[in-house]
Amino acid sequence: MKKNRLFENIIHGIFLILGLITIGCVLLITVYLVISGIPAIREIGIIDFLFGKKWASTAEEPAFGILPFILTSVYGTAGAIVIGVPIGFMTAVYLSKAAHPKVRTVIEAAVNLLAGIPSVVYGLVGMLVLVPGIRKLFNIPDGASLFAAIIVLAIMILPSIIKVSITALDAVPKEYEDASLALGATPTETFFRVSVPTAKSGIAAAVVLGVGRAIGEAMAVMMVSGNVPNMPSLFQSVRFLTTAVASEMAYSSGLQQQALFSIALVLFLFIMLINAALNFFLKGNKEG
Amino acid sequence: MLKGKLSGKRKAYITAMRTAMLVSTVLTAALVLFLVIYVLIKGIPNISWELISTKPSYLSDKIGILPDIMNTVYIVLATLVIVLPLGAGAAVYLTEYAKNKKLVGMIEYAAETLSGIPSIIYGLVGMLFFCQFLNMETSLLAGALTLVIMNLPTVMRTTQESLKTVPQSYRDGAFGLGAGKWRVIRTVVLPGCVDGIITGCILSVGRILGESAALLFTAGFAHALNGIIDGLTSPGATLTVALYVYAKEQGEFGVAFAIAAILMILTLLINLSATLVGRYFAKRRNV
Repeated sequence: MKKNRLFENIIHGIFLILGLITIGCVLLITVYLVISGIPAIREIGIIDFLFGKKWASTAEEPAFGILPFILTSVYGTAGAIVIGVPIGFMTAVYLSKAAHPKVRTVIEAAVNLLAGIPSVVYGLVGMLVLVPGIRKLFNIPDGASLFAAIIVLAIMILPSIIKVSITALDAVPKEYEDASLALGATPTETFFRVSVPTAKSGIAAAVVLGVGRAIGEAMAVMMVSGNVPNMPSLFQSVRFLTTAVASEMAYSSGLQQQALFSIALVLFLFIMLINAALNFFLKGNKEG
Repeated sequence: MLKGKLSGKRKAYITAMRTAMLVSTVLTAALVLFLVIYVLIKGIPNISWELISTKPSYLSDKIGILPDIMNTVYIVLATLVIVLPLGAGAAVYLTEYAKNKKLVGMIEYAAETLSGIPSIIYGLVGMLFFCQFLNMETSLLAGALTLVIMNLPTVMRTTQESLKTVPQSYRDGAFGLGAGKWRVIRTVVLPGCVDGIITGCILSVGRILGESAALLFTAGFAHALNGIIDGLTSPGATLTVALYVYAKEQGEFGVAFAIAAILMILTLLINLSATLVGRYFAKRRNV
Protein backbone atom coordinates (compact mmCIF):
# COMPACT_ATOMS: atom_id res chain seq x y z
CA MET A 1 0.00 0.00 0.00
CA LYS A 2 2.82 2.35 0.95
CA LYS A 3 4.63 1.59 -2.30
CA ASN A 4 1.47 2.43 -4.16
CA ARG A 5 1.15 5.81 -2.47
CA LEU A 6 4.78 6.59 -3.33
CA PHE A 7 4.14 5.67 -6.97
CA GLU A 8 1.07 7.91 -7.13
CA ASN A 9 3.05 10.76 -5.60
CA ILE A 10 5.80 10.40 -8.17
CA ILE A 11 3.27 10.51 -11.00
CA HIS A 12 1.63 13.54 -9.41
CA GLY A 13 5.04 15.19 -9.21
CA ILE A 14 5.77 14.52 -12.88
CA PHE A 15 2.47 16.07 -13.97
CA LEU A 16 3.05 19.02 -11.65
CA ILE A 17 6.40 19.68 -13.32
CA LEU A 18 4.76 19.49 -16.76
CA GLY A 19 2.13 21.94 -15.59
CA LEU A 20 4.76 24.35 -14.32
CA ILE A 21 6.71 24.35 -17.59
CA THR A 22 4.63 27.16 -19.10
CA ILE A 23 5.33 29.39 -16.10
CA GLY A 24 8.99 28.45 -16.40
CA CYS A 25 9.03 29.45 -20.06
CA VAL A 26 7.45 32.83 -19.38
CA LEU A 27 9.98 33.44 -16.59
CA LEU A 28 12.84 32.33 -18.82
CA ILE A 29 11.82 34.71 -21.58
CA THR A 30 11.25 37.62 -19.21
CA VAL A 31 14.50 37.11 -17.33
CA TYR A 32 16.56 36.73 -20.49
CA LEU A 33 15.08 39.83 -22.09
CA VAL A 34 15.53 41.95 -18.99
CA ILE A 35 19.09 40.77 -18.29
CA SER A 36 20.25 41.17 -21.87
CA GLY A 37 18.22 44.31 -22.54
CA ILE A 38 19.28 46.45 -19.57
CA PRO A 39 23.05 46.92 -20.23
CA ALA A 40 22.67 48.81 -23.49
CA ILE A 41 19.93 51.04 -22.08
CA ARG A 42 22.25 51.84 -19.16
CA GLU A 43 25.14 52.63 -21.42
CA ILE A 44 23.17 54.74 -23.89
CA GLY A 45 20.91 56.34 -21.31
CA ILE A 46 17.21 55.62 -21.23
CA ILE A 47 16.17 59.05 -22.54
CA ASP A 48 18.64 58.98 -25.44
CA PHE A 49 17.63 55.41 -26.22
CA LEU A 50 13.85 55.81 -26.17
CA PHE A 51 13.61 59.35 -27.53
CA GLY A 52 16.70 59.60 -29.72
CA LYS A 53 15.67 60.25 -33.29
CA LYS A 54 18.74 58.84 -34.96
CA TRP A 55 19.70 55.19 -35.35
CA ALA A 56 23.14 54.70 -36.85
CA SER A 57 24.43 51.53 -35.25
CA THR A 58 27.34 50.94 -37.58
CA ALA A 59 28.48 54.55 -37.99
CA GLU A 60 31.84 55.66 -36.65
CA GLU A 61 30.08 57.61 -33.94
CA PRO A 62 27.14 55.28 -33.44
CA ALA A 63 23.75 56.65 -32.40
CA PHE A 64 21.16 54.39 -30.83
CA GLY A 65 17.88 56.28 -30.76
CA ILE A 66 14.84 54.04 -31.27
CA LEU A 67 12.11 56.66 -31.43
CA PRO A 68 11.75 56.10 -35.22
CA PHE A 69 11.11 52.37 -34.59
CA ILE A 70 8.66 52.98 -31.76
CA LEU A 71 6.69 55.53 -33.76
CA THR A 72 6.73 53.37 -36.89
CA SER A 73 5.40 50.41 -34.92
CA VAL A 74 2.70 52.57 -33.32
CA TYR A 75 1.66 54.26 -36.58
CA GLY A 76 1.83 51.02 -38.54
CA THR A 77 -0.34 49.23 -35.99
CA ALA A 78 -2.79 52.13 -35.78
CA GLY A 79 -3.06 52.23 -39.57
CA ALA A 80 -3.65 48.48 -39.76
CA ILE A 81 -6.36 48.78 -37.10
CA VAL A 82 -8.05 51.70 -38.88
CA ILE A 83 -8.26 49.70 -42.11
CA GLY A 84 -8.60 46.16 -40.79
CA VAL A 85 -11.05 46.58 -37.90
CA PRO A 86 -14.03 48.05 -39.82
CA ILE A 87 -13.73 45.42 -42.55
CA GLY A 88 -13.24 42.59 -40.07
CA PHE A 89 -16.01 43.82 -37.78
CA MET A 90 -18.56 44.20 -40.59
CA THR A 91 -17.65 40.77 -41.98
CA ALA A 92 -18.06 39.25 -38.52
CA VAL A 93 -21.51 40.79 -38.02
CA TYR A 94 -22.60 39.56 -41.42
CA LEU A 95 -21.29 36.04 -40.91
CA SER A 96 -22.60 35.70 -37.37
CA LYS A 97 -26.04 37.22 -37.89
CA ALA A 98 -27.13 37.70 -41.47
CA ALA A 99 -25.37 35.12 -43.65
CA HIS A 100 -26.89 31.89 -44.89
CA PRO A 101 -25.26 28.99 -42.97
CA LYS A 102 -23.65 27.66 -46.16
CA VAL A 103 -22.18 31.06 -47.02
CA ARG A 104 -20.92 31.32 -43.47
CA THR A 105 -19.20 27.92 -43.62
CA VAL A 106 -17.44 28.77 -46.87
CA ILE A 107 -16.27 32.23 -45.81
CA GLU A 108 -15.22 31.02 -42.38
CA ALA A 109 -13.06 28.40 -44.08
CA ALA A 110 -11.56 31.17 -46.23
CA VAL A 111 -10.83 33.26 -43.14
CA ASN A 112 -9.16 30.26 -41.48
CA LEU A 113 -7.02 29.87 -44.56
CA LEU A 114 -6.05 33.53 -44.35
CA ALA A 115 -4.92 32.88 -40.76
CA GLY A 116 -2.85 29.89 -41.84
CA ILE A 117 -0.91 31.46 -44.71
CA PRO A 118 2.74 31.92 -43.61
CA SER A 119 3.78 35.53 -43.12
CA VAL A 120 6.62 35.23 -45.66
CA VAL A 121 4.01 34.45 -48.32
CA TYR A 122 2.22 37.71 -47.46
CA GLY A 123 5.60 39.40 -47.68
CA LEU A 124 6.34 37.87 -51.07
CA VAL A 125 3.01 38.85 -52.60
CA GLY A 126 3.35 42.28 -51.00
CA MET A 127 6.81 42.71 -52.51
CA LEU A 128 5.68 41.85 -56.01
CA VAL A 129 2.11 43.19 -56.15
CA LEU A 130 1.62 45.84 -53.51
CA VAL A 131 4.99 47.61 -53.60
CA PRO A 132 5.06 48.16 -57.40
CA GLY A 133 1.35 49.02 -57.29
CA ILE A 134 1.91 51.75 -54.70
CA ARG A 135 4.88 53.06 -56.67
CA LYS A 136 2.80 53.45 -59.82
CA LEU A 137 -0.38 54.65 -58.13
CA PHE A 138 1.20 57.41 -56.05
CA ASN A 139 4.06 58.07 -58.44
CA ILE A 140 6.84 57.75 -55.87
CA PRO A 141 10.36 56.40 -56.48
CA ASP A 142 9.98 53.36 -54.20
CA GLY A 143 6.77 51.68 -53.12
CA ALA A 144 8.39 49.90 -50.16
CA SER A 145 6.92 52.10 -47.45
CA LEU A 146 4.95 52.40 -44.25
CA PHE A 147 1.78 52.42 -46.36
CA ALA A 148 2.60 49.03 -47.90
CA ALA A 149 3.29 47.62 -44.44
CA ILE A 150 -0.02 48.98 -43.14
CA ILE A 151 -1.96 47.24 -45.91
CA VAL A 152 -0.19 43.92 -45.34
CA LEU A 153 -0.73 44.17 -41.57
CA ALA A 154 -4.40 45.07 -42.05
CA ILE A 155 -4.86 41.88 -44.10
CA MET A 156 -2.91 39.78 -41.62
CA ILE A 157 -4.98 40.87 -38.60
CA LEU A 158 -8.32 40.29 -40.37
CA PRO A 159 -8.65 36.62 -39.33
CA SER A 160 -8.06 37.31 -35.61
CA ILE A 161 -10.55 40.16 -35.64
CA ILE A 162 -13.21 38.23 -37.56
CA LYS A 163 -12.88 35.03 -35.55
CA VAL A 164 -12.91 36.60 -32.08
CA SER A 165 -15.75 38.98 -33.00
CA ILE A 166 -17.83 36.09 -34.36
CA THR A 167 -17.36 34.16 -31.13
CA ALA A 168 -18.53 37.19 -29.14
CA LEU A 169 -21.51 37.87 -31.44
CA ASP A 170 -22.59 34.21 -31.43
CA ALA A 171 -22.75 34.32 -27.64
CA VAL A 172 -25.38 37.09 -27.58
CA PRO A 173 -28.56 35.59 -26.09
CA LYS A 174 -31.25 35.01 -28.71
CA GLU A 175 -33.88 36.52 -26.39
CA TYR A 176 -32.30 39.98 -26.64
CA GLU A 177 -32.57 39.90 -30.41
CA ASP A 178 -36.09 38.45 -30.37
CA ALA A 179 -37.21 41.21 -28.01
CA SER A 180 -35.78 43.87 -30.29
CA LEU A 181 -37.44 42.31 -33.33
CA ALA A 182 -40.76 42.06 -31.50
CA LEU A 183 -40.57 45.75 -30.67
CA GLY A 184 -40.49 46.51 -34.38
CA ALA A 185 -36.78 46.92 -35.10
CA THR A 186 -35.64 45.46 -38.42
CA PRO A 187 -33.03 42.67 -38.36
CA THR A 188 -30.21 45.00 -39.42
CA GLU A 189 -31.08 47.50 -36.69
CA THR A 190 -31.21 44.66 -34.19
CA PHE A 191 -27.73 43.43 -35.16
CA PHE A 192 -26.09 46.81 -34.73
CA ARG A 193 -28.11 48.30 -31.88
CA VAL A 194 -28.65 45.21 -29.73
CA SER A 195 -26.25 42.40 -30.66
CA VAL A 196 -23.12 44.52 -31.18
CA PRO A 197 -23.43 46.54 -27.94
CA THR A 198 -24.02 43.29 -26.03
CA ALA A 199 -20.89 41.75 -27.54
CA LYS A 200 -18.79 44.88 -27.18
CA SER A 201 -16.19 43.59 -24.74
CA GLY A 202 -15.56 40.55 -26.96
CA ILE A 203 -15.19 42.83 -29.97
CA ALA A 204 -12.81 45.05 -27.98
CA ALA A 205 -10.79 41.93 -27.21
CA ALA A 206 -10.69 41.20 -30.95
CA VAL A 207 -9.26 44.65 -31.62
CA VAL A 208 -6.65 44.30 -28.88
CA LEU A 209 -5.66 40.90 -30.25
CA GLY A 210 -5.27 42.53 -33.65
CA VAL A 211 -3.01 45.18 -32.12
CA GLY A 212 -0.84 42.45 -30.62
CA ARG A 213 -0.60 40.58 -33.93
CA ALA A 214 0.25 43.75 -35.87
CA ILE A 215 2.90 45.04 -33.50
CA GLY A 216 4.62 41.64 -33.30
CA GLU A 217 4.75 40.82 -37.01
CA ALA A 218 8.28 40.85 -38.39
CA MET A 219 8.92 38.98 -41.63
CA ALA A 220 6.08 40.22 -43.83
CA VAL A 221 6.72 43.79 -42.74
CA MET A 222 10.43 43.42 -43.33
CA MET A 223 9.79 42.43 -46.94
CA VAL A 224 7.56 45.40 -47.83
CA SER A 225 8.65 48.34 -45.67
CA GLY A 226 12.08 49.07 -47.15
CA ASN A 227 13.80 48.80 -43.78
CA VAL A 228 15.50 52.23 -43.54
CA PRO A 229 15.51 53.79 -40.04
CA ASN A 230 13.60 56.96 -41.00
CA MET A 231 11.14 58.79 -38.82
CA PRO A 232 7.78 57.40 -39.98
CA SER A 233 6.11 58.95 -42.97
CA LEU A 234 3.42 57.22 -45.00
CA PHE A 235 5.31 56.95 -48.29
CA GLN A 236 8.82 56.56 -46.98
CA SER A 237 10.86 53.50 -46.26
CA VAL A 238 10.63 52.72 -42.53
CA ARG A 239 11.81 50.24 -39.93
CA PHE A 240 9.64 48.71 -37.19
CA LEU A 241 10.69 47.51 -33.71
CA THR A 242 10.47 43.92 -34.92
CA THR A 243 12.36 44.47 -38.15
CA ALA A 244 15.04 46.50 -36.36
CA VAL A 245 15.85 43.38 -34.35
CA ALA A 246 15.57 40.99 -37.29
CA SER A 247 17.57 42.98 -39.80
CA GLU A 248 20.75 43.57 -37.80
CA MET A 249 20.86 40.52 -35.54
CA ALA A 250 22.77 38.32 -37.94
CA TYR A 251 25.88 40.50 -38.13
CA SER A 252 25.74 42.53 -34.91
CA SER A 253 28.12 42.45 -31.96
CA GLY A 254 29.03 44.42 -28.84
CA LEU A 255 26.91 47.43 -27.96
CA GLN A 256 25.00 47.18 -31.23
CA GLN A 257 23.82 43.68 -30.38
CA GLN A 258 22.98 44.69 -26.83
CA ALA A 259 20.94 47.58 -28.19
CA LEU A 260 18.98 45.09 -30.31
CA PHE A 261 18.17 43.13 -27.14
CA SER A 262 16.98 46.39 -25.59
CA ILE A 263 14.68 46.94 -28.58
CA ALA A 264 13.27 43.46 -28.03
CA LEU A 265 12.72 44.35 -24.38
CA VAL A 266 10.76 47.46 -25.38
CA LEU A 267 8.69 45.35 -27.78
CA PHE A 268 8.10 42.81 -25.01
CA LEU A 269 6.84 45.54 -22.67
CA PHE A 270 4.39 46.69 -25.36
CA ILE A 271 3.14 43.11 -25.73
CA MET A 272 2.74 42.67 -21.97
CA LEU A 273 0.63 45.83 -21.83
CA ILE A 274 -1.50 44.54 -24.70
CA ASN A 275 -1.89 41.16 -22.96
CA ALA A 276 -3.07 42.88 -19.80
CA ALA A 277 -5.62 44.84 -21.83
CA LEU A 278 -6.75 41.66 -23.57
CA ASN A 279 -7.24 39.89 -20.27
CA PHE A 280 -9.24 42.83 -18.96
CA PHE A 281 -11.66 42.70 -21.90
CA LEU A 282 -11.99 38.92 -21.93
CA LYS A 283 -12.76 38.87 -18.22
CA GLY A 284 -15.36 41.59 -18.70
CA ASN A 285 -16.88 39.41 -21.38
CA LYS A 286 -17.20 36.38 -19.11
CA GLU A 287 -18.85 38.34 -16.34
CA GLY A 288 -21.08 40.41 -18.61
CA MET B 1 -43.20 43.63 -44.60
CA LEU B 2 -42.83 46.74 -42.50
CA LYS B 3 -40.62 48.40 -45.05
CA GLY B 4 -43.29 50.77 -46.29
CA LYS B 5 -43.71 52.34 -42.88
CA LEU B 6 -40.04 52.94 -42.13
CA SER B 7 -38.88 56.53 -42.00
CA GLY B 8 -36.31 57.71 -44.54
CA LYS B 9 -33.62 57.97 -41.89
CA ARG B 10 -34.09 54.39 -40.76
CA LYS B 11 -34.11 53.16 -44.34
CA ALA B 12 -30.86 54.99 -45.06
CA TYR B 13 -29.27 53.52 -41.92
CA ILE B 14 -30.32 50.00 -42.82
CA THR B 15 -29.13 50.32 -46.40
CA ALA B 16 -25.79 51.78 -45.30
CA MET B 17 -25.15 49.02 -42.77
CA ARG B 18 -26.24 46.23 -45.11
CA THR B 19 -23.98 47.59 -47.85
CA ALA B 20 -21.04 47.91 -45.45
CA MET B 21 -21.52 44.29 -44.28
CA LEU B 22 -21.78 42.93 -47.80
CA VAL B 23 -18.86 44.94 -49.16
CA SER B 24 -16.61 43.89 -46.27
CA THR B 25 -17.50 40.23 -46.60
CA VAL B 26 -17.04 40.23 -50.37
CA LEU B 27 -13.72 42.06 -49.93
CA THR B 28 -12.48 39.49 -47.41
CA ALA B 29 -13.51 36.58 -49.61
CA ALA B 30 -12.04 38.18 -52.73
CA LEU B 31 -8.77 38.79 -50.92
CA VAL B 32 -8.41 35.14 -49.96
CA LEU B 33 -9.34 34.03 -53.47
CA PHE B 34 -6.83 36.43 -55.01
CA LEU B 35 -4.00 35.36 -52.70
CA VAL B 36 -4.56 31.66 -53.29
CA ILE B 37 -4.96 31.92 -57.05
CA TYR B 38 -2.11 34.41 -57.51
CA VAL B 39 0.37 32.33 -55.52
CA LEU B 40 -0.65 29.08 -57.22
CA ILE B 41 -0.52 30.58 -60.73
CA LYS B 42 2.87 32.18 -60.14
CA GLY B 43 4.26 29.22 -58.23
CA ILE B 44 3.09 25.97 -59.78
CA PRO B 45 4.83 26.49 -63.17
CA ASN B 46 8.09 26.91 -61.25
CA ILE B 47 7.76 23.64 -59.39
CA SER B 48 9.71 20.94 -61.15
CA TRP B 49 10.91 17.52 -60.14
CA GLU B 50 14.44 18.81 -60.38
CA LEU B 51 13.71 21.65 -57.98
CA ILE B 52 12.23 19.46 -55.27
CA SER B 53 14.64 16.55 -55.60
CA THR B 54 18.05 18.22 -55.64
CA LYS B 55 20.15 20.45 -53.47
CA PRO B 56 21.45 23.84 -54.60
CA SER B 57 24.68 23.68 -56.54
CA TYR B 58 27.03 26.57 -57.10
CA LEU B 59 28.88 24.63 -59.76
CA SER B 60 25.93 24.26 -62.08
CA ASP B 61 24.25 27.41 -60.68
CA LYS B 62 21.01 25.58 -59.98
CA ILE B 63 18.67 25.84 -57.05
CA GLY B 64 17.10 22.79 -55.43
CA ILE B 65 14.95 22.83 -52.34
CA LEU B 66 15.23 19.21 -51.20
CA PRO B 67 17.38 20.17 -48.17
CA ASP B 68 14.80 22.76 -47.13
CA ILE B 69 11.99 20.21 -47.45
CA MET B 70 13.93 17.70 -45.34
CA ASN B 71 14.81 20.36 -42.76
CA THR B 72 11.13 21.23 -42.49
CA VAL B 73 10.23 17.57 -41.97
CA TYR B 74 12.93 17.16 -39.29
CA ILE B 75 11.94 20.27 -37.41
CA VAL B 76 8.23 19.37 -37.51
CA LEU B 77 8.97 15.86 -36.19
CA ALA B 78 11.38 17.03 -33.50
CA THR B 79 9.02 19.74 -32.28
CA LEU B 80 5.99 17.43 -32.16
CA VAL B 81 7.86 14.65 -30.35
CA ILE B 82 8.69 17.08 -27.57
CA VAL B 83 5.67 19.38 -27.47
CA LEU B 84 2.88 16.79 -27.57
CA PRO B 85 3.77 14.99 -24.32
CA LEU B 86 4.64 18.26 -22.57
CA GLY B 87 1.45 20.04 -23.63
CA ALA B 88 -0.81 17.05 -23.00
CA GLY B 89 0.82 16.43 -19.62
CA ALA B 90 0.30 20.04 -18.59
CA ALA B 91 -3.35 19.80 -19.62
CA VAL B 92 -3.80 16.58 -17.61
CA TYR B 93 -2.27 18.29 -14.60
CA LEU B 94 -4.63 21.24 -14.91
CA THR B 95 -7.82 19.22 -15.32
CA GLU B 96 -7.06 16.17 -13.15
CA TYR B 97 -4.57 17.08 -10.44
CA ALA B 98 -4.49 20.79 -9.74
CA LYS B 99 -6.59 21.77 -6.72
CA ASN B 100 -5.06 25.17 -6.11
CA LYS B 101 -7.12 27.68 -8.09
CA LYS B 102 -4.41 30.31 -7.89
CA LEU B 103 -1.84 27.99 -9.45
CA VAL B 104 -4.25 27.00 -12.23
CA GLY B 105 -4.90 30.67 -12.91
CA MET B 106 -1.17 31.36 -13.04
CA ILE B 107 -0.48 28.49 -15.44
CA GLU B 108 -3.33 29.55 -17.70
CA TYR B 109 -2.17 33.17 -17.63
CA ALA B 110 1.34 32.02 -18.51
CA ALA B 111 -0.03 30.03 -21.46
CA GLU B 112 -1.98 33.07 -22.68
CA THR B 113 1.13 35.21 -22.35
CA LEU B 114 3.15 32.70 -24.35
CA SER B 115 0.62 32.71 -27.17
CA GLY B 116 0.79 36.51 -27.36
CA ILE B 117 4.57 36.83 -27.58
CA PRO B 118 5.76 37.67 -31.12
CA SER B 119 7.88 35.06 -32.86
CA ILE B 120 10.83 37.41 -33.26
CA ILE B 121 11.17 37.50 -29.45
CA TYR B 122 11.07 33.71 -29.34
CA GLY B 123 13.83 33.73 -31.91
CA LEU B 124 15.96 36.07 -29.84
CA VAL B 125 15.51 34.22 -26.56
CA GLY B 126 15.95 30.89 -28.34
CA MET B 127 19.24 32.14 -29.70
CA LEU B 128 20.41 33.36 -26.29
CA PHE B 129 19.25 30.32 -24.33
CA PHE B 130 19.48 27.29 -26.60
CA CYS B 131 22.22 28.32 -29.02
CA GLN B 132 24.50 30.25 -26.69
CA PHE B 133 23.76 29.28 -23.08
CA LEU B 134 23.13 25.58 -23.75
CA ASN B 135 25.84 25.58 -26.41
CA MET B 136 23.73 24.04 -29.16
CA GLU B 137 25.04 26.51 -31.74
CA THR B 138 22.73 27.43 -34.59
CA SER B 139 20.97 24.13 -35.25
CA LEU B 140 17.63 22.64 -36.20
CA LEU B 141 17.34 21.24 -32.67
CA ALA B 142 17.67 24.73 -31.16
CA GLY B 143 14.99 25.87 -33.63
CA ALA B 144 12.74 22.95 -32.73
CA LEU B 145 13.08 23.64 -28.99
CA THR B 146 12.17 27.28 -29.59
CA LEU B 147 9.09 26.13 -31.50
CA VAL B 148 8.22 23.78 -28.63
CA ILE B 149 7.79 26.79 -26.33
CA MET B 150 5.73 28.58 -28.99
CA ASN B 151 3.37 25.67 -29.56
CA LEU B 152 3.02 24.56 -25.94
CA PRO B 153 -0.08 26.73 -25.31
CA THR B 154 -1.82 25.41 -28.44
CA VAL B 155 -1.40 21.75 -27.53
CA MET B 156 -2.29 22.49 -23.92
CA ARG B 157 -5.51 24.25 -24.89
CA THR B 158 -6.76 21.67 -27.38
CA THR B 159 -6.02 18.83 -24.94
CA GLN B 160 -7.79 20.66 -22.12
CA GLU B 161 -10.87 21.16 -24.31
CA SER B 162 -11.07 17.47 -25.11
CA LEU B 163 -10.50 16.44 -21.48
CA LYS B 164 -13.48 18.56 -20.48
CA THR B 165 -15.69 16.28 -22.59
CA VAL B 166 -14.70 13.16 -20.61
CA PRO B 167 -17.72 12.70 -18.29
CA GLN B 168 -16.95 12.94 -14.58
CA SER B 169 -19.02 9.80 -14.05
CA TYR B 170 -16.42 7.73 -15.96
CA ARG B 171 -13.76 8.83 -13.52
CA ASP B 172 -16.01 8.24 -10.52
CA GLY B 173 -16.86 4.82 -11.86
CA ALA B 174 -13.23 3.87 -12.19
CA PHE B 175 -12.41 5.18 -8.72
CA GLY B 176 -15.39 3.29 -7.35
CA LEU B 177 -14.00 0.06 -8.76
CA GLY B 178 -10.86 0.68 -6.73
CA ALA B 179 -8.53 2.08 -9.36
CA GLY B 180 -5.78 4.44 -8.25
CA LYS B 181 -5.41 7.94 -9.63
CA TRP B 182 -2.76 7.02 -12.21
CA ARG B 183 -4.77 4.02 -13.37
CA VAL B 184 -7.83 6.22 -13.88
CA ILE B 185 -5.78 8.71 -15.86
CA ARG B 186 -4.16 6.02 -17.98
CA THR B 187 -7.32 4.08 -18.77
CA VAL B 188 -10.07 6.71 -18.70
CA VAL B 189 -8.61 10.19 -19.08
CA LEU B 190 -5.79 9.72 -21.60
CA PRO B 191 -7.95 7.94 -24.21
CA GLY B 192 -10.30 10.90 -23.95
CA CYS B 193 -7.63 13.42 -24.85
CA VAL B 194 -6.58 11.73 -28.09
CA ASP B 195 -8.72 14.02 -30.23
CA GLY B 196 -7.36 17.09 -28.47
CA ILE B 197 -3.81 15.93 -29.07
CA ILE B 198 -4.52 15.25 -32.74
CA THR B 199 -6.12 18.68 -33.19
CA GLY B 200 -3.20 20.31 -31.36
CA CYS B 201 -0.83 18.33 -33.55
CA ILE B 202 -2.45 19.63 -36.77
CA LEU B 203 -2.52 23.23 -35.55
CA SER B 204 1.11 23.00 -34.45
CA VAL B 205 2.22 21.60 -37.80
CA GLY B 206 0.54 24.57 -39.47
CA ARG B 207 2.30 26.99 -37.20
CA ILE B 208 5.69 25.33 -37.58
CA LEU B 209 5.39 25.34 -41.38
CA GLY B 210 4.57 29.04 -41.36
CA GLU B 211 7.18 30.12 -38.85
CA SER B 212 10.18 32.09 -39.99
CA ALA B 213 11.16 34.87 -37.59
CA ALA B 214 11.77 32.47 -34.68
CA LEU B 215 13.91 30.18 -36.83
CA LEU B 216 16.13 32.74 -38.53
CA PHE B 217 18.55 33.06 -35.59
CA THR B 218 18.04 29.66 -34.00
CA ALA B 219 18.09 27.26 -36.96
CA GLY B 220 19.89 29.48 -39.45
CA PHE B 221 19.70 29.32 -43.22
CA ALA B 222 22.01 26.63 -44.53
CA HIS B 223 20.95 24.40 -47.43
CA ALA B 224 22.96 21.27 -46.63
CA LEU B 225 21.36 17.88 -47.16
CA ASN B 226 21.65 15.71 -44.03
CA GLY B 227 20.10 12.69 -42.38
CA ILE B 228 17.85 13.37 -39.41
CA ILE B 229 20.56 12.97 -36.73
CA ASP B 230 23.15 15.15 -38.46
CA GLY B 231 20.38 17.43 -39.63
CA LEU B 232 19.18 18.23 -36.12
CA THR B 233 22.63 19.18 -34.90
CA SER B 234 23.54 21.34 -37.87
CA PRO B 235 22.02 24.60 -39.11
CA GLY B 236 19.38 24.48 -41.81
CA ALA B 237 16.65 26.54 -43.44
CA THR B 238 13.05 25.39 -43.42
CA LEU B 239 10.85 26.12 -46.44
CA THR B 240 9.61 29.46 -45.06
CA VAL B 241 13.11 30.66 -44.18
CA ALA B 242 14.33 29.53 -47.61
CA LEU B 243 11.48 31.48 -49.23
CA TYR B 244 12.56 34.60 -47.35
CA VAL B 245 16.23 34.19 -48.25
CA TYR B 246 15.52 33.48 -51.94
CA ALA B 247 13.09 36.39 -52.27
CA LYS B 248 14.69 39.08 -50.12
CA GLU B 249 18.41 38.35 -50.25
CA GLN B 250 18.88 36.70 -53.64
CA GLY B 251 16.01 38.00 -55.77
CA GLU B 252 15.14 34.46 -56.94
CA PHE B 253 11.41 35.09 -57.23
CA GLY B 254 10.69 31.98 -59.30
CA VAL B 255 11.98 29.68 -56.56
CA ALA B 256 10.32 31.84 -53.90
CA PHE B 257 6.94 31.47 -55.60
CA ALA B 258 7.44 27.75 -56.07
CA ILE B 259 7.99 27.43 -52.30
CA ALA B 260 5.05 29.78 -51.64
CA ALA B 261 2.80 27.56 -53.77
CA ILE B 262 3.97 24.45 -51.90
CA LEU B 263 3.31 26.19 -48.57
CA MET B 264 -0.09 27.34 -49.80
CA ILE B 265 -1.08 23.79 -50.79
CA LEU B 266 0.14 22.47 -47.43
CA THR B 267 -1.84 25.18 -45.61
CA LEU B 268 -4.95 24.21 -47.56
CA LEU B 269 -4.43 20.54 -46.66
CA ILE B 270 -3.84 21.32 -42.99
CA ASN B 271 -6.97 23.47 -42.77
CA LEU B 272 -8.98 20.80 -44.52
CA SER B 273 -7.75 18.05 -42.21
CA ALA B 274 -8.37 20.21 -39.12
CA THR B 275 -11.98 20.75 -40.25
CA LEU B 276 -12.54 17.08 -41.11
CA VAL B 277 -10.97 15.84 -37.86
CA GLY B 278 -13.02 18.36 -35.88
CA ARG B 279 -16.22 17.19 -37.57
CA TYR B 280 -15.35 13.54 -37.06
CA PHE B 281 -14.74 13.98 -33.34
CA ALA B 282 -17.85 16.11 -32.88
CA LYS B 283 -19.93 13.40 -34.54
CA ARG B 284 -18.37 10.65 -32.46
CA ARG B 285 -19.06 12.58 -29.30
CA ASN B 286 -22.72 13.06 -30.11
CA VAL B 287 -23.35 9.38 -30.82
